[in-house]
Amino acid sequence: MTIGQSLPHDAAALHVTGQARYTDDIPLPANTAHLAFGLSACAHGDITAIDLSAVRAAPGVIAVFSAQDWPDMPDCSPSAQDEPLLAVGRVHYVGQPVFLVVAETHLAARRAARLGRVTYAELPAILTVDQALAANSRFEQGPVIWARGDADAAIATAPHVVEGEFSVGGQEHFYLEGQIAAALPQEGGDMVIYSSTQHPTEIQHKVAHALHLPMSAVRVEVRRMGGGFGGKESQGNALAIACAMAARATGRPCKMRYDRDDDMMITGKRHDLVIRYRVGFDAQGVIKGVEYQHLFRCGWSQDLSLPVADRAMLHADNAYHLEHVRIESHRLKTHTQSATAYRGFGGPQGVIGAERVVDHIAHVLRLDPVLVRRRNFYAEMPQGGLSAPPIPPEDIFEQMKAGTFKAEAPGTGHRFGGAFSPRPAVQTTHYGMPVVDFVLRDLLDDLERRSDYAARRAEIARWNAASPILKRGIALTPVKFGISFTLTWLNQAGALVHVYQDGSIRLNHGGTEMGQGLFQKVAQVAAGVFGVAMDRVKITATDTSKVPNTSATAASSGADLNGKATEAACLTLRARLADFIAGKHQADAASVRFAEGRVWVAGADYAFEQVVAWAYQARISLSATGFYATPEISWDRTKGQGRPFYYFAYGAAVTEVVIDTLTGENRILRADLLHDTGTSLNPALDIGQVEGAYVQGAGWLTTEELVWDGKGRLATHAPSTYKIPACSDRPPVFNVALWNKANPADAVGKSKAVGEPPFMLGISAFLALSDAIAACGDGSVYPALDAPATAERVLWAVQRQRHG
Amino acid sequence: MTEIAFLLNGTPIRVSGEAPTRTLLDYLRETRGLTGTKEGCNEGDCGACTVMVTDAAGPRALNACILFLPQLQGKAVRTVEGIAGPEGQLHPVQQAMIDHHGSQCGFCTPGFITSMATAHAQGRHDHDVVLAGNLCRCTGYAPIIRAAEAAAGAAVPDWIAADADPDAGQTLADAAHHPTTSDDLARIYAAHPEATLIAGATDVGLWVTKQLRDLPMPIFLNGIADLKQINRQGDQLRIGAGVTLTDLRTALAESHPHFSAMLTRFASEQVRNAATIGGNIANGSPIGDGPPALIALGAVLHLRQGDARRSMALEEFFLDYRKQDRRPGEFVEAVTIPAHAPVLRIYKLSKRFDQDISAVLGAFNLTFDEGRVITARIAFGGMAGVPKRARAVEAALLGQNLKAALPAARAAFAEDFTPLSDMRASADYRLEAARNMLIRYAADLAGDAVSVQEVRA
Repeated sequence: MTIGQSLPHDAAALHVTGQARYTDDIPLPANTAHLAFGLSACAHGDITAIDLSAVRAAPGVIAVFSAQDWPDMPDCSPSAQDEPLLAVGRVHYVGQPVFLVVAETHLAARRAARLGRVTYAELPAILTVDQALAANSRFEQGPVIWARGDADAAIATAPHVVEGEFSVGGQEHFYLEGQIAAALPQEGGDMVIYSSTQHPTEIQHKVAHALHLPMSAVRVEVRRMGGGFGGKESQGNALAIACAMAARATGRPCKMRYDRDDDMMITGKRHDLVIRYRVGFDAQGVIKGVEYQHLFRCGWSQDLSLPVADRAMLHADNAYHLEHVRIESHRLKTHTQSATAYRGFGGPQGVIGAERVVDHIAHVLRLDPVLVRRRNFYAEMPQGGLSAPPIPPEDIFEQMKAGTFKAEAPGTGHRFGGAFSPRPAVQTTHYGMPVVDFVLRDLLDDLERRSDYAARRAEIARWNAASPILKRGIALTPVKFGISFTLTWLNQAGALVHVYQDGSIRLNHGGTEMGQGLFQKVAQVAAGVFGVAMDRVKITATDTSKVPNTSATAASSGADLNGKATEAACLTLRARLADFIAGKHQADAASVRFAEGRVWVAGADYAFEQVVAWAYQARISLSATGFYATPEISWDRTKGQGRPFYYFAYGAAVTEVVIDTLTGENRILRADLLHDTGTSLNPALDIGQVEGAYVQGAGWLTTEELVWDGKGRLATHAPSTYKIPACSDRPPVFNVALWNKANPADAVGKSKAVGEPPFMLGISAFLALSDAIAACGDGSVYPALDAPATAERVLWAVQRQRHG
Repeated sequence: MTEIAFLLNGTPIRVSGEAPTRTLLDYLRETRGLTGTKEGCNEGDCGACTVMVTDAAGPRALNACILFLPQLQGKAVRTVEGIAGPEGQLHPVQQAMIDHHGSQCGFCTPGFITSMATAHAQGRHDHDVVLAGNLCRCTGYAPIIRAAEAAAGAAVPDWIAADADPDAGQTLADAAHHPTTSDDLARIYAAHPEATLIAGATDVGLWVTKQLRDLPMPIFLNGIADLKQINRQGDQLRIGAGVTLTDLRTALAESHPHFSAMLTRFASEQVRNAATIGGNIANGSPIGDGPPALIALGAVLHLRQGDARRSMALEEFFLDYRKQDRRPGEFVEAVTIPAHAPVLRIYKLSKRFDQDISAVLGAFNLTFDEGRVITARIAFGGMAGVPKRARAVEAALLGQNLKAALPAARAAFAEDFTPLSDMRASADYRLEAARNMLIRYAADLAGDAVSVQEVRA
């Protein structure tokens, strides 16, 4: 059985030898032209003049385009048609493309692009959330507000109340391979696009729209990306459209790749935000009522900001049952890069608010934060026992499917559903989704044991008492993350599987490979259905002509969706083969078994390729499509009610850090991670995702600081100034394990999605820093650390402890 | 560019007709079709373009994106395509990276492989140091380190060892652009003061790749052997301007362990392998880490213009922001430091520990007699437009008991420095951290634990 094996990444051998081909490595015709954008130097202003004469005269320049050349300016937006490819009349951020250079070489295009002379009549630029709030500069009419119960009243009557505010920085994706696309004109005006994109169908759609072609005339191919992390969900549109427009205008193949500085100046990043909270709680730390305000800095265009901010609201509970809650979400429009999808898609921003609140409560009550977390957790699904049998989670799933499930609300007198013994009612999230798969109590028991949390916490307190300059801190944080696109119709996928007459299998599906190992996992599913070895299954580039109408490979959904679609296609083909061979043996098709590269039927067994060859000669179709639509989900975004997610994925981490109270410098000393990937399709790949996500999440909250100056210019636009974690920043003691219990939902192989959820385990590093800072004071002042917790912010927080 | 010759993945090649500022990366990808070497940042900060370059001094990892073709004359270059054997046999680090799941998206992997293969050939096990200049965004590095550890015991494959003594073939000497002695350099540069001197190209490279500048008359210095010497002269060490930071780090490991340790955090392995101490000084950056350390040591700078030589205290060389006391046609020949400095401590403060530019770098070198400070040399980078001595702080300490004088010395920082705010740190933070570094120094000399890097869970 191939499912569950820790096979290496499908392209590992190609990666290590340099043979893995990325978009920039694809040989293109010798007459290929190269593109570069000329960028706005003004954050907000009207273009009063564009002088491109020096650009046109520069060596190697073939053509130059600006708004006056394309009255019908193509749009790049994935959502609101508010992103002209080149600025029309007005610029909205520093770095916005204003003109397009087509030249003989990449270098010639870059050089020429510096020669444009654009003059602006500057307008006031809105750069901060405060400025945006004051100017009521926002997307949608006003804030989105979701509420359950009466948070205000619950807080008013709670024994304790705290409030706070903190800022959470954005994050540059820093995919190692920058944005890139190429367009190759075909006969009859058709276009072939190579693009480093997580969303080939979007590229196809936007290029077709720009060229006024039907989607059928545009083919997009993606073999792999050199990293995506959400940054290639919509941000590749501009390059592909520019290439297509230039290719049509010049008749030549066109390629565009952003230099790293341009990439960071032009493209969107993770949304930064300010979180304000007010929480009422009892002496045990149980939350009675909580209010959140999210102030998202969305940038100049809408892009994916609405669903990102929605997902933050959906994760404002994280793992905690909130009876009385109000969340107010502002999606603010600013004259900066348009913030976009980034691993977690708003989830991390919601979760860090929840974790901050429980940490603050624990500080006020001088309790171990883990205790406060446990006291607020959702109820665990009962595992059975001597008492009256609870409803098994599967049955609840059945009831949810049938629409007959009704959660028992607290205070209704029906919280104990069993006839004789207590059984916790199924609790619902603040948006009304029953939480029926909660595992965090057990998972924390296991993690606390593995990490020796309690003993280390005590030991750290002793160590700190004797260490005036250096202080250590420790924190355990959990994550509960909803799996599915919240735009329900995106939860679909297709696959196309061919079996050739020699028994080899060619696998196509709509997912894209960006390093996460999706292709290998899906190939493992396919090989498992046919009972063949992995080398039979050829993994191929994602191609919009093979599988149409795909969703972005995003929301951690790649394996869930494409694995199921592929499984369906393979099952169709296997059924045809089984029918055929069973017919030959007058056997029942259901008795035919596919395993170990052979086909067993009625006491005989044949090589898989033998059966395939016979089936071919018997004129049986050996190609099939598969389709999957996630069942049971429904979501009313306006009301903020429904079941947006098919299931939740869980995890938790313990991080220990040390800080220097003289400079704020800090290091992670140890991290213990325990993460729920259901029954893993490939434990090695899943552990790789968990480890990498943790380090990326810790980077978001520590060293990765985006800095804009007062003119709206991004000052950190290269790795020299924007610091993602380096090798030695990983925890020197790094224990990572998978929970590895079956997903009760019917996901592929009973696995769970893994791409995004473990990103939020990095929050434990942030709160460990807060814990170390708190050790500098007498317990009276909450550290109130902002993110990212750079050395500078840590030092100021330490000084607040010592000097108020 | 006149013709140059080098070995490329074991095969001798000759290159001519290229611009002297053509980078090896562009040449590999665009001219040779060797697309395994990747462009990640085009400024030497990500390591995706790392190649192995071997000469008589052994193999080194270098960033191909800021390596100009003329710098390769006579050397052996090995790209990721040449790390596997001629029959396709995987190098031990390649097999280990597969076995330990060390690649995800794979884009950084060729750079990691060449860095790891180079370190493997050098017999090194300090993986965090070796790989500080290779960024990976997917894995979190843990599996890469597991792979490096797993491959450490394997023998160096013969095809890698064969580069050890590259015989790339001779080319016509181009003394005007490739002087081989400092006398030649002095003569040429005096005649052409407009020329651009290029030692490691770790900064000049960015003038080309990022500022897109044309460099007038590039003169490549890496062939000048006599500038690469470190000589003991009595109780002084004379360090040639062409000594790379890698070689300096090694040379100072025993005599100046704190200086050497700071150099471990100076840029990255790839950059230190190319960059020279002379370049670090002549460049005049206020945030170069070499000068403040050298100033605290009491370094003397040796300049040469034609046959004229002069020397000065290093701090006097830095006149103003990016303005040095260097005359047309004059170059940095060497720097002299005391052979020992037991009380020298250097504290580097940056957002990220490895491969980051300092927000503040403080270098402290006090001597004591009966508990009182008798000499004081304290210098900072990142606190002014130039690397600068903290003279008011020094004055506040001289003749005093260090601990007793700390409050006065802290107050004196504001006399010495009015730092700027930028994307690395605010002015307030720089000043406060600099002050606190003095407290750290006192604690450090007293034997207290002061380094977060030395704490273990």
